Amino acid sequence: MPSGIGLVETRRAVVFDGDRPLRLDSGAAIKRVEVAYETYGELNGDRSNAVFICHALSGDAHAAGLHEGDDPDRPGWWDNIIGPGRPLDTDRLFVICANVLGGCSGTTGPSSLNPETGEPYGLRFPLIQVRDLVTVHRALLAELGIERLLAAVGGSLGGMQVLQWAIDHPGEIDGGLVVAASGRLSAQNIAFSAVAREAIMRDPDFNEGSWYGTGRRPDRGLGLARMIGHITYLSEQSMREKFGRRIQDAEVPRYGFDVDFQVESYLHYQGQSFVERFDANTYLYLGRVMDYFDPFRDPVRVQHQIEAGDTFFLVLSFDSDWRFSTAHSKEIAAELRLAGAPVTFREIASTHGHDSFLFPIPDYHETVTGFIHRLAAERGIGAGGR
Amino acid sequence: MRPDLDIVAAMIDPGSRVLDLGCGDGALLENLITSHDCSGLGVERDPDGFHACIARGVPVTQGDLENELREIDSGAFDVAILSLTLQAVRHPDRVLTEMKRVAPRQIVSLPNFGHWRLRAGLALRGRMPVTPLLPYEWYDTPNIHLCTLADFEALTFHAEMKIGSRILVDADGRRVAGLATRAANLLAPGAVYSLGA
Repeated sequence: MPSGIGLVETRRAVVFDGDRPLRLDSGAAIKRVEVAYETYGELNGDRSNAVFICHALSGDAHAAGLHEGDDPDRPGWWDNIIGPGRPLDTDRLFVICANVLGGCSGTTGPSSLNPETGEPYGLRFPLIQVRDLVTVHRALLAELGIERLLAAVGGSLGGMQVLQWAIDHPGEIDGGLVVAASGRLSAQNIAFSAVAREAIMRDPDFNEGSWYGTGRRPDRGLGLARMIGHITYLSEQSMREKFGRRIQDAEVPRYGFDVDFQVESYLHYQGQSFVERFDANTYLYLGRVMDYFDPFRDPVRVQHQIEAGDTFFLVLSFDSDWRFSTAHSKEIAAELRLAGAPVTFREIASTHGHDSFLFPIPDYHETVTGFIHRLAAERGIGAGGR
Repeated sequence: MRPDLDIVAAMIDPGSRVLDLGCGDGALLENLITSHDCSGLGVERDPDGFHACIARGVPVTQGDLENELREIDSGAFDVAILSLTLQAVRHPDRVLTEMKRVAPRQIVSLPNFGHWRLRAGLALRGRMPVTPLLPYEWYDTPNIHLCTLADFEALTFHAEMKIGSRILVDADGRRVAGLATRAANLLAPGAVYSLGA
């Protein structure tokens, strides 16, 4: 699908600095926080048409459109849902996407310079939580002069940010779209996360997270972590359909321990291309962000917060997703409803596993379109954002 | 809104937490939420109904009501509604018991298979009846568990559900007055029941 938006660029804003450091939920502080973000569409006069996209573990601010010189077939990671006439219709919505705190695509994270030492933070970057990611998103919105969102939208870790945001800050989000997310990782999820983390930390080049400037990087560990992760993002069916037992570049097996099956080649490619664009420490930090996420830990507080707000939630899952299965989404819906929130829930049929949230599945996009349309109508937002 | 849904709406106290099983396009819930200060949740299997609920701003779960009902906490609602849907579920007895579990009050409306027109059709023509309320042929009907008002009342007795009130309705779902209560099973095309403690 060609990009509907055309050329876009990533902007940067310093949202915490100097005498106004970022105070984390843990009590720790980060002196200077810069955020990389992109926007699509126009903010309307009463600033009521803003939609915030929260990205997942390996995402970035470049959700839609093309950067100067990009291959036109490789637009931003969620281009199929953002643009004129698409579910997040930029003819009438102002869409914002920002790289998360702890990220490695322009926003301050473990690979950023620590102003106190002049060196990259590495593992001296403080541990962060979903709540801190939301704090930084909100600081960016304050910078942009936006007090209330028509919607916050996110898949996977993105959905978790939407959930935390809506619970912690009543009255800021009209519609919370929580897609293929979890309100509480399962033991199995945490187990996969642990193996990925081990892969990185056992890499001989990891050097306690301080490999920056050494000329060596824990690429093998990060690549392996990505390979493990990728298996959990696909479904057995999608792998069978995509690769079967086919042999890479040959008709007959070569028999040996090198890459032979297509699926192996694919996983290697995923691992390789990932290390070229991603930071191993960010992977560790954001993995931990997910492991510790537990927004419903205190149901009394959640009920109080939900009652103070008026967010309408759309919770979606995909039937082939086994990373955050429908059971996770149903639990989110049940906990939100228990707290008194209006929640619409649907399980979408798809063969793409956890990655489904990135695909333009008609039932899925039709549901998002209808939900956004309703929110916009309630705010009196028509075409052109007015 | 369908006339029978007006009857249902009139049975519900303002501010109630309402579960509408098989909520269709969400018209009843929209009315209850916007005009009666209720909070609500619909369950609807049909995608068109689901999308209509989204357009109305009615919270809804897409799915099979018998499966969804099992996952709802006991006492999570004040009222559970099943309008013109009991005859289409796989286990009507279990659905009633589950409704009782999730809400102290239940409202159930159903077409009456004991109505004289249906009885006469079967007796005289020897064919399964097709009527405005039951417009399907036997082979394509979603109505797999049709019953008479007497059958339904017997089931509520077994399920230990008390009938608070019963309003008889015509084929359009409008209230019919002046029917002899004892003859209802023969003369009423349908009924709306309010059940509970």
